[in-house]
Amino acid sequence: MDLSTQYLGFDLPHPFMPGASPYAYELDTIKQLEDAGASAIVMHSLFEEQIVREEMATMQSLEAPAESFAEALSYFPETDTFRLGPDEYIEHLAKVKQAVSVPVIGSLNGTTLGGWLKYAQLIAEAGADALELNIYQLATDAQISGEQIEKTTVEIVAAVKEKVNLPVAVKLSPFYSSLANFAGHLDSIAVDALVLFNRFYQPDIDVQALEVRRELKLSDPSELLLRLRWLAILSGNEHQYALAVSGGVHSGLDAVKAVMTGADAVQIVSAVLRKGAGELTRIRTETEQWLEDNEYESLQQMKGSMDLSRSPDASAYERANYVQILQSWDGLAD
Amino acid sequence: MSERRKITIDGNEATSSIAFRVSEVASIYPITPSSPMGEFCDEWAAQGRRNIWGQIPDVVEMQSEAGAAGAVHGSLQAGALTTTFTASQGLLLMIPNMYKIAGELTSYTMHVSARTLATHALSIFGDHSDVMSCRQTGFAMLCSNSVQEAHDMALVAHACTLHARIPFMHFFDGFRTSHEVAKIEEMTDDDIRALIDEAKIAEHRDRAMTPDRPVLRGTAQNPDTFFQAREACNGFYNATPQIVQQMMDRLAKQVGRRYRLFDYVGAPDAEHVVILMGSGAEAVDQTVQRLNENHGYNIGAIKVRLYRPFAVEAFIKTLPKTVKSIAVLDRTKEPGAPAEPLHLDVIAALSETAAAGNLPFEMPTVVGGRYGLSSKEFTPAMIKGVYDNLAADQPKNHFTVGIEDDVTGLSLDYDPDFNIESKDIVKAMFYGLGADGTVGANKNSIKIIAGETDNYGQGYFVYDSKKSGAMTVSHLRFGPRPIRSTYLIRKADFVACHLFEFVNKYDILAGAAEGAVFLLNAPYPKDEVWGHLPRETQQQIIDKKLKFYVIDAYTVAREAGMGARINTIMQTCFFAISGVLPRDEAIEKIKSAIKKTYGRKGDEIVQRNYAAVDAALEHMHEIAVPDSVTSTFDRLPIVPDAAPDFTKKVQGVMLAQKGDLLPVSAFPPDGTWPTATTQWEKRNIAVDVPIWDEQFCIQCNKCALVCPHAAIRAKVYEEDQLGGAPSTFRSSDYKTKEFKGLKFTIQLAPEDCTGCKLCVNVCPGKDKSNPKHKAINMTPRLDILEAEAPNYDFFLSIPPIEREKVERIDVKGSQLFEPLFEYSGACTGCGETPYVKLLSQLFGDRLLIGNATGCSSIYGGNLPTTPYCVDSNGRGPTWSNSLFEDAAEFSFGFRLAIDSHKREAERLLAELGPQVGDDLVSAILTADQYGEANIKAQRERVVALAQKLAGINDPRAARLALLADYLVRKSVWALGGDGWAYDIGYGGLDHVLAQDRDFNILVMDTEVYSNTGGQASKATPIGAAAKFASSGKATGKKDLGLMAMNYRHVYVASVAMGAKDLQTVQAFQEADSYPGPSLIIAYSHCIAHGYDLSNGLNQQKLAVDCGIWPLYRYDPRRVDNGVPPLKMDSPTEPKARVSEYMRNETRFRMVEKLDPKRFAALAESAQTFTTQRVSVYEQLAKVTVPSGNGNGKED
Repeated sequence: MDLSTQYLGFDLPHPFMPGASPYAYELDTIKQLEDAGASAIVMHSLFEEQIVREEMATMQSLEAPAESFAEALSYFPETDTFRLGPDEYIEHLAKVKQAVSVPVIGSLNGTTLGGWLKYAQLIAEAGADALELNIYQLATDAQISGEQIEKTTVEIVAAVKEKVNLPVAVKLSPFYSSLANFAGHLDSIAVDALVLFNRFYQPDIDVQALEVRRELKLSDPSELLLRLRWLAILSGNEHQYALAVSGGVHSGLDAVKAVMTGADAVQIVSAVLRKGAGELTRIRTETEQWLEDNEYESLQQMKGSMDLSRSPDASAYERANYVQILQSWDGLAD
Repeated sequence: MSERRKITIDGNEATSSIAFRVSEVASIYPITPSSPMGEFCDEWAAQGRRNIWGQIPDVVEMQSEAGAAGAVHGSLQAGALTTTFTASQGLLLMIPNMYKIAGELTSYTMHVSARTLATHALSIFGDHSDVMSCRQTGFAMLCSNSVQEAHDMALVAHACTLHARIPFMHFFDGFRTSHEVAKIEEMTDDDIRALIDEAKIAEHRDRAMTPDRPVLRGTAQNPDTFFQAREACNGFYNATPQIVQQMMDRLAKQVGRRYRLFDYVGAPDAEHVVILMGSGAEAVDQTVQRLNENHGYNIGAIKVRLYRPFAVEAFIKTLPKTVKSIAVLDRTKEPGAPAEPLHLDVIAALSETAAAGNLPFEMPTVVGGRYGLSSKEFTPAMIKGVYDNLAADQPKNHFTVGIEDDVTGLSLDYDPDFNIESKDIVKAMFYGLGADGTVGANKNSIKIIAGETDNYGQGYFVYDSKKSGAMTVSHLRFGPRPIRSTYLIRKADFVACHLFEFVNKYDILAGAAEGAVFLLNAPYPKDEVWGHLPRETQQQIIDKKLKFYVIDAYTVAREAGMGARINTIMQTCFFAISGVLPRDEAIEKIKSAIKKTYGRKGDEIVQRNYAAVDAALEHMHEIAVPDSVTSTFDRLPIVPDAAPDFTKKVQGVMLAQKGDLLPVSAFPPDGTWPTATTQWEKRNIAVDVPIWDEQFCIQCNKCALVCPHAAIRAKVYEEDQLGGAPSTFRSSDYKTKEFKGLKFTIQLAPEDCTGCKLCVNVCPGKDKSNPKHKAINMTPRLDILEAEAPNYDFFLSIPPIEREKVERIDVKGSQLFEPLFEYSGACTGCGETPYVKLLSQLFGDRLLIGNATGCSSIYGGNLPTTPYCVDSNGRGPTWSNSLFEDAAEFSFGFRLAIDSHKREAERLLAELGPQVGDDLVSAILTADQYGEANIKAQRERVVALAQKLAGINDPRAARLALLADYLVRKSVWALGGDGWAYDIGYGGLDHVLAQDRDFNILVMDTEVYSNTGGQASKATPIGAAAKFASSGKATGKKDLGLMAMNYRHVYVASVAMGAKDLQTVQAFQEADSYPGPSLIIAYSHCIAHGYDLSNGLNQQKLAVDCGIWPLYRYDPRRVDNGVPPLKMDSPTEPKARVSEYMRNETRFRMVEKLDPKRFAALAESAQTFTTQRVSVYEQLAKVTVPSGNGNGKED
């Protein structure tokens, strides 16, 4: 079965790749992903905020107690080679690039324009084949309008695209008031792909201790539905970018749905984190089997078949579901 | 030949630079002030730097200096070029091996930063009492007087010993030279090679023990031969002075710096000559020159370089033939000797030469004196006093100089205002807060000025005795010549005060010269600063015509994202207004230094520092000084009027930084010091402090338990005690059954809190509708001080609940006992002191503590004020520090004495039964003394006994009266850190655990040598970076608890207050009640772990959750109950990964940053090690053993 697809300018044998996750921390597990047939490797994100915080906190912990007390002018060994900053990530990425033969996509979350540009360039220099910009930002400031946020994001993406000569994907959250319009802006600056969607850490509450508990909940297939809808809408609109689905694909059938709604690439994280790299193989095999069982000629044949422009019941994507159900009652006019 | 660099380094680095390059092995142990020498070598080895033969020296940390000396001895015997670095008590521990090494004629050089030996008190500072204790060992002793000389003499020593076969001790003054930063010329490897003779190294190798050419050393000899054999070495000693002089000549030929065995300076026809060695000789040299040139003196001085072997002939030749009188200055004290050592040597040299008829001049008058003990200042004024004494008709002999001896009248008078500092030397003083980075920035400034211009520079730094809120004073000199002023600046051209509060506390401007520049960091708008200055400061600014600049550096730092690090801001201001460098050039150099320091550590840090530098000048303002004083307030009194007389007259003077002025009569002659004195030092160092909100308090008392400084306290009391309470005093109903109807208060000591936030983080009480508001909340200190200071005074006036009324001594109950350890100088957020405080609460009124040297002895006993205090009955812990290595034995000795007193008291009591009354005697002898009520009852019986004894006319009654208090049970504890318990003191600790005595040990385990700056100990866990384990320790933590359990009769507990506070409180009580030896190992978070310690308790919990710090109690008493003696108090199923714990701390994280692969491997090992360890405990906790006494003692 021909599963080939195009994503970020690469001709890939199939769309299945790991999404950004801790699975990319170690070379060993990355090799497992490649062995499981990943068509590309998306690295975990380099977080500018984390780098800056760690730099400042480490310097504080090294320097604040130093040179205060005559017997202990310092508390840690002096090592020239001890480096803070992005080097760890960058060096790791370079090693990953050496170790695997599939395309390597660096992932970045910046907090300042300077940071986006600096780290994007470092990732490019380390040999990444493409860059995924992880727009992981909670709009908590009541003074900043949605328009401003979108404008700033478009400016950052444009600046990064100008700085690095790499295909650039933008990983978005679903929380935009007009995602289709925003996607259009990104399209106008020739973004190479959109990844739908990133998943925020969702804090839980300990009601006894009255504390917020931070934890990473892995996805389940129910999360796919939101993505299918937006894949269908964006795929159905005029666009140049490729689309990737991220979040909620746990089986071949999930992948089929994502591709039918327009996904060029299928990123898998939670299944891999739960059960290992072999999940990539399983989902690919299931997809292949489904295509064969249903007598498709290729993956390409079904790509976008259920998007907004081609779906037989396109309005289903545009309306809230309960209207749809009400509509099905006899005797009620539209 | 490569060009010689001019480098700006301290004496320790100058010495290590040579030692590292000519050694193959270094076996070391940390001790102040020599630790950095070993650390430099370790760092360089870790970085792959090589010696002159291209080899990376092997640097090994041992368990003690005795161990280091043993390893040195072995390494030498096996033929390696070996070195070590030490000082003070460490040097004493090496003496046994020094005799051996010398007796075997071994080529070896050791380097000593000479430090005071502990006598009536410990001192970390410099004098020659340690090196003088080695003059009989057979070592050659070579002294250097400055940083450059330390570099030069280090090489001379290493080169000579290969020729002489006599081992060399190269020494220099601790701190004054070891820690002085100066610009020196560095010797190249070629320079070193020019002095090190390969043929002599071959001979050293040839003498090595090897099975290929076996020899025997270390024989036992008998009366028939020992004496002759001992004399066989004489020729080597006779030859050594000439070898040293030849080597000095070779050095001069190579680098141009000329030294002699004895160097004479001054007038060739001088009549009065001073003889001394060490850094003081530089000040003498400078003073002699000035007095001869400008004051009409005709004097000279001899700098002794080779002290042993003492070259009599060379010495006599060095003296000018015109000499009439000599003063020999010793930086040591040998009580009871006819004179101090150098003085005796000079007398012997002169009189023997005279007796042989070889003295080329009339026998001069020779007097001796002591100076500079424990780094006491030795100034040109004092030196002039010494020469003036020599010129007197009857010069005072056996004098002291630099102090006022009003007891035995030995001290010389001198004019303290005499000053010889040159105008062309820029002198700057900086008063900084330890944590603000002042010293680091100043070291940097010296490097900029001395390193990048033709100027020479010198920096010397005076540190605080406290570990939190510490003041540092930096003394910087710059000038066109090498700077030899080995004393503090007395008249500065520039004075900077980096913390405004200092102006209200100290006489900051005492050292400002007329017309000097004064830079003040003030948190006020520029127009308001003048109005905030106390009257004295305004007066000084006006009188001395100071140019006055201010900056609100904290605001600038905050805006630049630098927190409270104001160092680069103040440094920029210094350069801008001191004029030592053109402003733009200076700023450029500061920035390039920032880039160099931080460039590899992270760009963000560099950028923020740049921003701080750029913002600094915009925010600095010159203040137009008014013509007259406008202030209406004076500097705050250092000690309140209510303080005891001694505190006011002695400690108050010390606190005002004027302790140098106190005369001998001010001090007890034996080092005994009153307790309970920190209460008089109100430090006010916290920015924010915690305030109690009684509405949300669940009265758990956890805040009081975890407070490292006893600044949060709990009390229950009768409601009528509230009469006269300040209106803002908070109180609530106490919610426990046992104290129904009583009131309860949690009160802050607002001036003593250091602002660590541990209390807030541990507080479980929350406002249910606004949970971020807790029952205790951080608030700006200045907002609440006015109300809370009187509230605290009122709180203290409420009597504490009687101890026997507290029925349940759990976390809550324990905190109703008065802390008898308060407001110590420990670090903000210290993880050790909450345990010490708990100990003082539980047993303080009958507690003896023998404290190992280390953090706990420093915050426990470093003057001026000390934290152990007394209860309302005047009882409290009695505390002493013997040595680093012997706290277990020392404290065990307490127990021996107490048991002896008790046995004797019991014997006498039994004998006096008829007179005392059998009922009382029987009650006393059979009393159950476990529990507060029982202790109280016994105390009352002893009071009754004392009354009876007073009326009995029998010498035995008088003897018993002296011992009767020992009939009340005492609690004896040895305290110390892991360096003591796991390493240097382990032998003794192990031995006392093996004894069958009621004795307790508290190990506050920070997993590193905290007090000396983070060297690895055997308690350091896998994967942690520490000094001497910079790439992460590869081996597991020693399981001290398991080793102690092996004895089976030892009570052992592993506790972590942050994880399970109740278990901690229980363990302490069980240890006290267990009638045999007890060992508690207490997890203590520490600044040497590298994270914000306000999270210390959470991290303790994580340590327990992941299993790396299991909690348990092994109680031999359980055997008789048929249950396993070991009880696990933490889950055996881990709730977290060890790596999760590790990633929270810089000590582990830096390994990951250094080498992620190594970190991954170490984290894996740590996990396995932890799993295995917990598994062993889990299985042991299921093991029951047959009951019965297995230790041979009577049941």
